[in-house]
Amino acid sequence: MRYLPHTEEEIAEMLATVGSDSLEGLFDTIPADCRMTGEIELPPAMTEWQLDDHMAGISAQMKVTTCHKVMVGAGIYHHFVPESIRTLASRSEFLTAYTPYQPEMAQGTLQGIFEYQTLTARLLGMDVANASIYDGGAALAEALLMGLRINKKRKKIGVSKGIHPHHRQVVRTYLQATEFEIVELPIGADGRTDLGELADHGELAAVAIQSPNFLGVIEDLTQAGVAIHETGAIFITSFTEPLAYGLVKNPGECGADIVCGEGQSLGLSRSFGGPGLGMFACKDAFTRNMPGRLVGETVDRDGRRGFVLTLSTREQHIRREKATSNICSNQGICAMMAGMYMASLGGTGLRELAQLNFSKAEYMKAELKKAGAEIVFDSPTFNEFLVRFPKDFETTRKKLFDEGIVAGLKVGKYYPQLKDCYLFCTTETVTKADIDKVVQEVSR
Amino acid sequence: MKTAPGASGLIMNEPLLWEKGKKGRKGMSIPAADVPLATPEAALAGAGPDFPDLSEIDVIRHYTRLSQWNFGVDTGLYPLGSCTMKYNPKTNEKQAATPAIAAAHPMLDDEYVQGTLRIMYELQQYLINITGMAAATLQPSAGAQGELTGMLIFDAYHKSKGSKRNKILIPDTAHGTNPASAALCGYKPVPVASNAEGMLDVETVKALMDEETAGIMVTNPNTLGLFEENIRAVAEIVHAKGGLVYGDGANMNAIMGIVDLSKCGVDVMHLNLHKTFSTPHGGGGPGAGPVCVVEKLARFLPIPHVKKDGDTYRLDWDNPDSIGRVHGYHGNYGVLVKAYSYILSMGAANLKKASQLAVLNANYIKERLKGALHLPYDRPCMHECVFSDEKQHELKVATLDIAKRLIDYGYHPPTVYFPLVVHGAIMIEPTETECKEDIDQFIDTILLILQEAKENPQLLYDAPVMAKRKRLDETLAARKPCLCG
Repeated sequence: MRYLPHTEEEIAEMLATVGSDSLEGLFDTIPADCRMTGEIELPPAMTEWQLDDHMAGISAQMKVTTCHKVMVGAGIYHHFVPESIRTLASRSEFLTAYTPYQPEMAQGTLQGIFEYQTLTARLLGMDVANASIYDGGAALAEALLMGLRINKKRKKIGVSKGIHPHHRQVVRTYLQATEFEIVELPIGADGRTDLGELADHGELAAVAIQSPNFLGVIEDLTQAGVAIHETGAIFITSFTEPLAYGLVKNPGECGADIVCGEGQSLGLSRSFGGPGLGMFACKDAFTRNMPGRLVGETVDRDGRRGFVLTLSTREQHIRREKATSNICSNQGICAMMAGMYMASLGGTGLRELAQLNFSKAEYMKAELKKAGAEIVFDSPTFNEFLVRFPKDFETTRKKLFDEGIVAGLKVGKYYPQLKDCYLFCTTETVTKADIDKVVQEVSR
Repeated sequence: MKTAPGASGLIMNEPLLWEKGKKGRKGMSIPAADVPLATPEAALAGAGPDFPDLSEIDVIRHYTRLSQWNFGVDTGLYPLGSCTMKYNPKTNEKQAATPAIAAAHPMLDDEYVQGTLRIMYELQQYLINITGMAAATLQPSAGAQGELTGMLIFDAYHKSKGSKRNKILIPDTAHGTNPASAALCGYKPVPVASNAEGMLDVETVKALMDEETAGIMVTNPNTLGLFEENIRAVAEIVHAKGGLVYGDGANMNAIMGIVDLSKCGVDVMHLNLHKTFSTPHGGGGPGAGPVCVVEKLARFLPIPHVKKDGDTYRLDWDNPDSIGRVHGYHGNYGVLVKAYSYILSMGAANLKKASQLAVLNANYIKERLKGALHLPYDRPCMHECVFSDEKQHELKVATLDIAKRLIDYGYHPPTVYFPLVVHGAIMIEPTETECKEDIDQFIDTILLILQEAKENPQLLYDAPVMAKRKRLDETLAARKPCLCG
């Protein structure tokens, strides 16, 4: 096997040094009744070329291929990723390094993550961002736990129903063994979170709102922030499409205390939903309550600028059960890729790309309306929006699939009252011709 | 002795991203608008972030230079104990990047994504067969999230029996994530001291285990690199009081094909795919921490769970006892594909061989260095061996100095100052992918450094001098945090 370098001769020499008569003998301390009997049941080992064929076979089982235009976002978005990012991220000095515990030989990762933290903080309008959390769902759960730590006398949290339903499920999972209570806040007729009854829920430690929300609607975060702060709660905003902040006000400008979300959109492939990137940022005042790794600037013995992991007294390896979180790893290479993507776009490019995404959706909404479809919410959207069709859309959707377009996502599973509605997503990867094809089928 | 790999080459300086660039540059192509440009209403509109504008070559050079300041397992020996820096096969990367897999959207109907579901189903099956457990979930994003998943399963199990327990036994050789994960379930960690042999003691566990204790979290092999020989007896005590046994499978790489965890009495365990199954650590992640359980706990696993009906794979959402979701979709899927690729490349015999050679390499290092470094637990080890700097105290040389000097010779230092039960610990895990010559050279280098410690300790205090930076001031970083540029 090409990954195992030992020759029989070397094995014999090493066993002699160790004082064991065989490889099996190395395991003499393991009691007989703990042992596996027989061999592990697995397929026979494959050569590299057999594995290629095997994976090609699996690939062929995918009905949706790279030739399809997938007009579905719902938390995972198709954006063009330049080859430069894939090339850089596959540099094995980045990819095959461990957590930078020895900073002198990990300055590449450390400066790269420091840059990621900085660009993230600028994008979200916050003071500090961490080195990332697993994904958008875990980031939201961690943000709410952080809110509960800050507002420690309060035992309830508020979560908008506009937040990605899977992220809300993760929150429920994280909190199920605790004493904390989750209050779900309804969505109004305009597709935005209805905070009218916020005061009726008693003292909430934190309230989370996603914008753009799961249904694509851009929330009025400024107004929400005022209402939430009036109750004394920590104002958390989340996102699944950070590209939006190239065009719309960032959460910091709207008064958010903690911002978290899924960053897959920034240069990562869809990859069946992972690995993604849990982005996490907050105001300065809350830094020491923040979960996850942080990279900070310092100097070496010669006074030269360098970077290290820092503020680890918040973390589990020092604080154990009193840590701000049990999280240990971050999404390392994914955060580096997001940094590369943000650097490649630049401020000018990000704005241009965000406007393009926004415009494609506006065009499609207008054309669908003309074709007789209903755009369910009047409120502004970014690159996703909810549509109700005048007649059954399933047949049309199947036809479009055969023509290479995955036309929207049924949302009834998550929002029973919207069971006849479809969530569409149009990024820069969708052309006017693709949109026109859908509209044309709808008009028939 | 052959020349150690460490050398100084021409390493470039490189500023921070925002210290470069010119407004108006672009590092990637953006399609021209083929629809009328629109803008959001003024009340919502923002100015966009203050990012530097860079060209493609600006970005390429920036990160290429940064990468040259880094050290990975592709660069050289990385004997970081407990972290398992084995070789990361390149074909794994290729398989995870298979276009139809890398482009798969996680919200589509099962019939559209049979291929990606099949990989999940088969990988679950392989992990079950490797561990001896009965069922698995692939959702947890890392070992620590696997632990949390496991603790939530503990809690759900006890609730199903009508009880809520509030304590958990955690040996002093455990990872720091164990107590933090248990705390999220409201469990108060009760430390269990290891005995003189560095192992769990049956009587100690018996004295601590009661009916308010949810169970025990055991890392086996433990963080001293020793197999917990009393694991079955410990499990019996815990089970007798209605508790469960959690196995932290971080060190599974030592015992593949050798140990059956279900026979050890383990009820729930996680695996670190980025350790045992060769997926890259990426400078900190992403990891993947699948959780395996025994039959009676299968109903508590996260949803959705992949099932196979005939030739069709489907996601099963219908499980009222499930603890719920721990990830937005299906976990760090790309990492799962890499582990799948590794298991298929290795097969059963090579997985077992990998464990044997990992253990051989660790024992070989232990034998060859135990004269020069203090070995607190002189017993046959598994995949790693733990020394300390006790013999160097009289020279006023500490573990950190030895570690930093290794950098100058072109080696990543071992894990230092962990586990906490060994003062000044030096924890070496070579892994099976290092050959004898390279290990010999590493050992000779350590012996050389220990000689330097006697003759000229200043060389160690000053180290590293060959890396991009000399020792960095971590105290300053924590006292005056600068987290954002």
